[in-house]
Amino acid sequence: MKARIQITLKHGVLDPQGKAIENALASLGFRGIDEVRQGKYIEVDLTETDEGRAREQVEKICKDLLANTVIENYAYELVSA
Amino acid sequence: MKAAVIVFPGSNCDRDVKVAIEKVTGGKVAMVWHADTSVPAGDLIVLPGGFAYGDYLRTGAMAAHSPIMRDVVAKAKAGTPVLGICNGFQVLCEAGVLPGVLMRNASVKFVCRDVLLRVEQTDTPFTSAFRQGEIARVPIAHGDGNYFADAATLDALEAEGRVVFRYVDAQGEPSPGANPNGSQRNIAGICDARRRVLGLMPHPERLFEPMLGGSDGRKVFESVVTSLVH
Repeated sequence: MKARIQITLKHGVLDPQGKAIENALASLGFRGIDEVRQGKYIEVDLTETDEGRAREQVEKICKDLLANTVIENYAYELVSA
Repeated sequence: MKAAVIVFPGSNCDRDVKVAIEKVTGGKVAMVWHADTSVPAGDLIVLPGGFAYGDYLRTGAMAAHSPIMRDVVAKAKAGTPVLGICNGFQVLCEAGVLPGVLMRNASVKFVCRDVLLRVEQTDTPFTSAFRQGEIARVPIAHGDGNYFADAATLDALEAEGRVVFRYVDAQGEPSPGANPNGSQRNIAGICDARRRVLGLMPHPERLFEPMLGGSDGRKVFESVVTSLVH
């Protein structure tokens, strides 16, 4: 089973890198872009085959290391590998 | 005085801070590898600057889970003074010992220069040798020093007098222009509720004697000695 994990900055948290990307796009001539927010995408291959237990494990992985919940949210989906 | 400096893979100010402690305090410094599980008993633990684990994932995130950190957190809880400088501050935040987080600088640039700090609190083991409101010149060198916490946390830190250092201008004011990295409320350093753990982005060990171009950082280490005597 594979976990596809997305980590994004919470609303209201300044995103200097997203802002830099936004400015770069503007300087390249792309129009119609309101805002850019950047985050992380992480894939984790699990040996666990039970979906419930896999969810429990991924939750713990996200909370313990992958996301800093002071500034970040996480979301994930489980797909069969 | 006996101090321990924790060395992570990627620490690069560990030997500087060892020299600063030895020269200023005359104390003995043990270098403790991150994979060890216990810190020798002593009067001070330092988490030095650098780029532990290459800053992968987030600055300080991996280091906060190093085997040695369990004992650092336990000893901090038991009252041993802990000083986190730059990357060490980031590690303390990631370990949950200090609130908030150090984000990418608002400028998205690495900033390496001297800054002026106002000493907001002198009742910690690291600031007792300063005068209240004293301005100190100390260097910074970081890409992720942008202190962030939610408004409630910031208000609590202010109310409890836990903002220890603030970035200020030549007039001693925490103006936006004096803020090198976008930190909320110009915060450069904070302490824990018991006032025994200090995290700061600037590097006091880099200006501790005139030969280095200044000695304002020296008082941080002098303070530790003074507070041990009292």
